[in-house]
Amino acid sequence: MKLELRGITKRFGDFTANDSIDLLIEPGAVHALLGENGAGKSTLMNVLFGLYDPDGGEILIDDKPVDFNGPGDAMAAGIAMVHQHFMLVHPFTVAENVMLGHEQINGPFRLLNIDAAREKVREISARFGFNIDPDAVIEDLPVGAQQRVEIIKALSQRAEVLILDEPTAVLTPQETDELLEIVRQLRDSGTAVVLITHKLREVKAIADTITVIRRGKVVGTAEPTASQEELASLMVGRAVIMKVDKRPATPADVMLTVEGLTVVDDRGIKHLDDVSFEVRAGEILAIAGVQGNGQTELTEALLGATKPAAGKATLDGKKITGLSISEVLESGLGFVPEDRTEDGLISTFTIYNNLILDVYDKAPYSKAGALKPAAIQENAQRAVEQFDIRTPSASMTAGSLSGGNQQKVVLARELSRPLKLLIASNPTRGLDVGSIEFVHKRIIQERDAGAAVLIVSAELDEVVALADRIAVMYHGQIVGIVPPDTNRDTLGLMMAGAHKMEDAA
Amino acid sequence: MSEAPAPGIAAEPQPPVAGERPPARSVMRQITESSALLIALAIIASLILSGVLILIADPEFRAALPYFFSRPGDTFAAIGDALGSAYSAIWQGAVYNGGASTFAQKIAPFMQTLTAATPLIFAGLGIGIGFRAGLFNIGAQGQILMGATLGAMVGFMWHLPFPLHLIVAVVGCALGGAIWGFIPGILKAKTGAHEVIVTIMLNYVALNLVSYLLTLEAFQRPGSDNPQSPVMDSTAMYPKLFGDQYALNLSFVLALVAAVFAWWLMERSTLGFQFRAVGANPAAARTAGMRVSRVTILVMVVAGAMSGLAASAQVLGTQPSLTVGIAGSIGFDAITVALLGMSRPFGIVLAAILFGGLKAAGPTLQVNAGLPIDIVLVIQSLIVLFIAAPPLIRFLFRLPAPRVVKEVAA
Repeated sequence: MKLELRGITKRFGDFTANDSIDLLIEPGAVHALLGENGAGKSTLMNVLFGLYDPDGGEILIDDKPVDFNGPGDAMAAGIAMVHQHFMLVHPFTVAENVMLGHEQINGPFRLLNIDAAREKVREISARFGFNIDPDAVIEDLPVGAQQRVEIIKALSQRAEVLILDEPTAVLTPQETDELLEIVRQLRDSGTAVVLITHKLREVKAIADTITVIRRGKVVGTAEPTASQEELASLMVGRAVIMKVDKRPATPADVMLTVEGLTVVDDRGIKHLDDVSFEVRAGEILAIAGVQGNGQTELTEALLGATKPAAGKATLDGKKITGLSISEVLESGLGFVPEDRTEDGLISTFTIYNNLILDVYDKAPYSKAGALKPAAIQENAQRAVEQFDIRTPSASMTAGSLSGGNQQKVVLARELSRPLKLLIASNPTRGLDVGSIEFVHKRIIQERDAGAAVLIVSAELDEVVALADRIAVMYHGQIVGIVPPDTNRDTLGLMMAGAHKMEDAA
Repeated sequence: MSEAPAPGIAAEPQPPVAGERPPARSVMRQITESSALLIALAIIASLILSGVLILIADPEFRAALPYFFSRPGDTFAAIGDALGSAYSAIWQGAVYNGGASTFAQKIAPFMQTLTAATPLIFAGLGIGIGFRAGLFNIGAQGQILMGATLGAMVGFMWHLPFPLHLIVAVVGCALGGAIWGFIPGILKAKTGAHEVIVTIMLNYVALNLVSYLLTLEAFQRPGSDNPQSPVMDSTAMYPKLFGDQYALNLSFVLALVAAVFAWWLMERSTLGFQFRAVGANPAAARTAGMRVSRVTILVMVVAGAMSGLAASAQVLGTQPSLTVGIAGSIGFDAITVALLGMSRPFGIVLAAILFGGLKAAGPTLQVNAGLPIDIVLVIQSLIVLFIAAPPLIRFLFRLPAPRVVKEVAA
């Protein structure tokens, strides 16, 4: 099946998200759709799926125009999508999820034919070597396996075009390799695969055709042989330095000491198990690991948002576990939360109010319980300039900003006071290449100014780029602390829980 | 869905993320954060729809309708008469009575409107502050009852000289309401009990507590078998603003001061900054070091105190005796007032005056237009209904739909 998008245009008000985009997707090929966040990739896919009505252009299948009114139509036509956030029912089994929406019914009592679904799962599983038990419950499966269930779901509907939206965002390096292998098999069996991503490494590894989208337009196509730098500059529209520019660290005194930190939740599950490490002033310790291995709990315990069951943390000699969040912040912690829209910003608040969210009660922003609007505005002007926050006005709401500019607001706020320790979780998640460069630069500046920096990131590239030392977390424990030039495969194995390699450290 | 819009461009609608339900608060957001346009249209729509109901209730219109096609003039005359008398009765009863002989009498309806608006302003401010802090306080009714109880006790049990007695009684009212707001506040903060359930239940507790108190000898009016307390000392009463010709008293001025205070609190104080932050995004407020549970308690105390002041307008103003009916329906009307006023002090004052006007117009409607007084309730209810259903208003007035993406079902 040949799928063609011709001149697709989609506008939101004055904003053109897709500007006459042409795309040709052919069977037995992997087509990478490369673009920064906000370039219009998701909009295009939503148009393809009938979620948006395009303002112009048409969709053709085997040269015949089609009109989709919703995902159902697209799926019936043989197009399936694996979303970045999986669409699975967690308490259901694999087989139940696979048949969801296409249930077969048997006999006079109209019973569900779960066996047919099981058989289908086994068959597809065997064909691609997935090793998925049809009776496993989704919530018990690791993320990589859940993704395979999504793929099985798509294939069980005889999808001829499979769209993968940022499929590797949640995977370990090893799982990523496995996924790429699956994609190859799918391609070889004649499926057309569309890979939406901003990760150049994967594109180069697997794509047959690369279409680069920037600001809603196709800015070019590239061969997989193009260098990462070439692809990146095509994507961003200017030359990009792929490597973070930083001098060797000059670690000074120990700033943060974590000893035996253990966090147990209400249900008695241990999320953090006897974690100990040190971060010195002037160095960046990056925590690598697949999401959900205790990183969130670690940062929250250090912030004072959760009370540890055991262990303690001291900042510059002062015990911070047991203090309230505001006391910890006052002790010199800058905190860039993992989820900026949920924890870092109030999207309905103006930018200038977001910039004082944790210092609103300090001079000069308030006096005797009354806010000082002039000082607040002035601060915003300064921050917008220094951090290059792209907005018509600081009176706009934070929700109106792009992800990169939102993150700049958070950084501007947290870096505006003297810090002893900066904790940043996934500081560049969802940001475009330009913003990533900026954020990395500011983090390194903070290190060079003498702060201890703790970075938590699920992106191995980021960990390697920023870290002076890398701590790998798995199942709530630190598997090992290694130098930043450690081999990727070694890191990947550690992230998957292999025992720490003493000789690597 | 990792796409973020380009810099400086309004956020493009994002498809909902898989596995996440829309936040429970979004329904409340919808009704508490409607636009001024929507609210104005809701008022207009409800007046039009009540007009239809007035017509259906009008005997002349019903008599003329069957021969509409032979003599349409009769029907239109009946429509004109019925609506004309209804709307002019509202105008005469609430704003300006042109038929009266002196100017003072002509503006008496408006003075009555302001008097009726006073407790609604207070209670509406309290509820509005709660809305903005993310709390749905349904308990204004109970808070008014407890405020009235404490204020009344000061008013008739203690005997103090004039300004002092009034001040102490007003403080008593505020304290009574604040206590009744504190209870759901601390329950929510410490145990997570939902404030809607707790405040509704506390309304019943307050009502029954007042009726019990009124059976006690200490609360009995001498020489009366009715459940009503002795009359307040005159030293505890709000002085009338323009002498005895109008019921309007100092509490109205105090209500305006309270509105200015509420504005300052929410827009200019660090405490209000916390209230708003917790209301808009408790997770981010917490991460920024704010104590969400403390804010919850404080908001409920402030809201309760405001309701208590509403009680003072009653018990130290227009109805100087504690009865089970002292709160009327103020605690519930105030919720509508806060919604109409978009939880902003200025809007609440306007909305309270609108509702005060409808209340003041009730008797005139009955006498002049021969309409049941319930029509006022119908108008009020329709306003709420229209505000709660923005798509309905958009459909009626052909407004463009907001940019919402269809649910992703892939």
